[in-house]
Amino acid sequence: MGESGSRSGELRLRPPVHRVHRTAVTWWRARILLAGAVVVAALVVAAVLLPGVVRPWLLVPAAGFAVVTVVTAVGMPAWWYRVHRWEVTGDAVYTRTGALWQEWRVAPMSRIQTVDSDRGPLEQLFGLATLTVTTASARGALRIPGLDHGVAADLVQELTETTQATPGDAT
Amino acid sequence: MTGRDDPARDDPASRYGWRRLDARTVRASVVTVAGICVAAGVPTGLGIASASVFWALVTVLPASAAALVATVVVERVRLRRTRYRVSADRVELVKGIVVRSRRSVSRERIRTVDLTAGPQVRIFGIVTVKIDTGEGGSAGGSVSLYAVGREEGERLRAELLDRGRGDGEPAADGRLATFAPRWVRYAPLSVLTPALGAGAYGAVLQVAQWFDLQAGVITWTAGLLGGLGLVGALAVVVAAGVVIGVVGSLALFVEMWWNFRLDREPGGTLRVRRGLLTVRSISLEEQRLRGVELVEPLGVRTAGAARVDAVATGLRSGGDDDKADRKTLLPAAPRGEADRVAAAVLRERTGPTSAALTPHPRAARGRRIRWALAGAAVPVLTLTVLGGLLSSAVLLHLAWISAVLGVPVALALAVDAYRNLGHGLNGDYLVARHGSVRRSTVALQRRGVIGLNARQSLFQRRRGLMTITTTTAAGSGAYSVHDVGAAEGLAFADEAVPGLLGPLLEHA
Repeated sequence: MGESGSRSGELRLRPPVHRVHRTAVTWWRARILLAGAVVVAALVVAAVLLPGVVRPWLLVPAAGFAVVTVVTAVGMPAWWYRVHRWEVTGDAVYTRTGALWQEWRVAPMSRIQTVDSDRGPLEQLFGLATLTVTTASARGALRIPGLDHGVAADLVQELTETTQATPGDAT
Repeated sequence: MTGRDDPARDDPASRYGWRRLDARTVRASVVTVAGICVAAGVPTGLGIASASVFWALVTVLPASAAALVATVVVERVRLRRTRYRVSADRVELVKGIVVRSRRSVSRERIRTVDLTAGPQVRIFGIVTVKIDTGEGGSAGGSVSLYAVGREEGERLRAELLDRGRGDGEPAADGRLATFAPRWVRYAPLSVLTPALGAGAYGAVLQVAQWFDLQAGVITWTAGLLGGLGLVGALAVVVAAGVVIGVVGSLALFVEMWWNFRLDREPGGTLRVRRGLLTVRSISLEEQRLRGVELVEPLGVRTAGAARVDAVATGLRSGGDDDKADRKTLLPAAPRGEADRVAAAVLRERTGPTSAALTPHPRAARGRRIRWALAGAAVPVLTLTVLGGLLSSAVLLHLAWISAVLGVPVALALAVDAYRNLGHGLNGDYLVARHGSVRRSTVALQRRGVIGLNARQSLFQRRRGLMTITTTTAAGSGAYSVHDVGAAEGLAFADEAVPGLLGPLLEHA
């Protein structure tokens, strides 16, 4: 970061400054494992209750699904953690999200319409929050998942104050 | 009407009085209901008459008469109970026969005032007025008046849309485009043609099924075409479908677009008027305009024509019957005319949509070719696997036939899609083009851009490509420059909307 002194190379986007909270990795893992566990449990319960002939047709997918879930839970959150970044300057909010598809998003302060922070049950457990910043575009929302709850609350406060100070209807 | 809730008694000082809907509405409604009675009653009557003519008359006629009387009564009451008022800052509507409702819309927020008159309404000299704020929710943002006199409709439209902005804009009022009957020739090139053709056969079979005649219809057709052999019969069926499709799409186009006019009115409003039987007047405030989109579906593009859509905020999409066409400022017309109208709408001397655009890196072509081949492989593989599993020679033949036909078509579309990729800056406008089956050239005001997304898949990253999306409050909400070279795209975005990417840009 911050090597913008050299003007020789090609133009590119640097990652925004801040990472999401470290606990986000655990939260993502828990979410994947939980979702996977629900499906696997449903398949296993069905296999126990239903006659033996169909059992392999349920247990084999259950095993496959369990493997995929575990592999995803181990691999993806670490990748997401490396990619997910955010930054707020006086003029705009920047995010970078994704893994296979990486996406940088920019919303200028003057165009921001709403700033929300949401906390699902799992996020509450881990002390995290997801920040959503919307603009007048139906497709322009920025989401920063896995923020520390306190940081998210401060951000909502800060962004709301800044955007309220900006005149115009943000379209 | 003397109840204490009578709004007409509120603030007598108001110089804007309460008004009622036009009494002629009752007649229009009666004609509508009479039409429904004929459309529903005749087949029902014929059905019953096959058993007993007496019962047919005894059931259908009184039912129709009752429906007509009920219409007169209900409409009379509705008209008496409906009032509207345009005051200095609000439009108010009080309505409801049993449940009274009062709606009030701030004049400031009104975006469109559309007038519609179907044939049964038109003959009585009245129009339906729809006043819309373009805001979400089906009920909250709009006031619909069915129906008022034509002059009253025009007066409402002019009064509500003229904000009296005398801000020294150049007086470029007047006619921007007029319908030319030869544009009708583009109508059969739309996707409607095959859809209508196929739909007609479907409808015939469906109706035949209701009367348990489906097998009969098929045998009758087979007997009729029996002498032609399989290929000949197929050719006749397809040709008949095409003829039906062509006639249908022509009829639809003429009904929608006949007598089309695009005007710029004082006060900065664009107005589209069109329609053969149902006459529509659609208004769009220029203040809401963020750009235009030149749309060229493949068939229309081959004939050298294009359609112009407005990219505007507050044009509600969805829910409305006419929604897709409300944003259309010019139906399929010769490309030169489309560019001219696009420029005129934007008050530019030359249309940004006709400017030369920067092509995209060749890697973008590779991506499109791979997608095309993958797409073409799906039916081939499915047919091959099924053919192998079921050991069916027919399926295997279909597999190679679809490969022979599908691959070249897919490749041609991919190469065409690549050639159509382009982006550029033209004065105040950011221009982006993409698509093959539906080529779209969007010219978006740079000040209308309210955010940027830069997106890279793993493959795009490896090949140095990037998709830059500008978000906007208007139109579909986001317009993309697909598969541009990453560095070039970022430089373009930075130039188009200076400062937005600012601190995030760096030189490698």
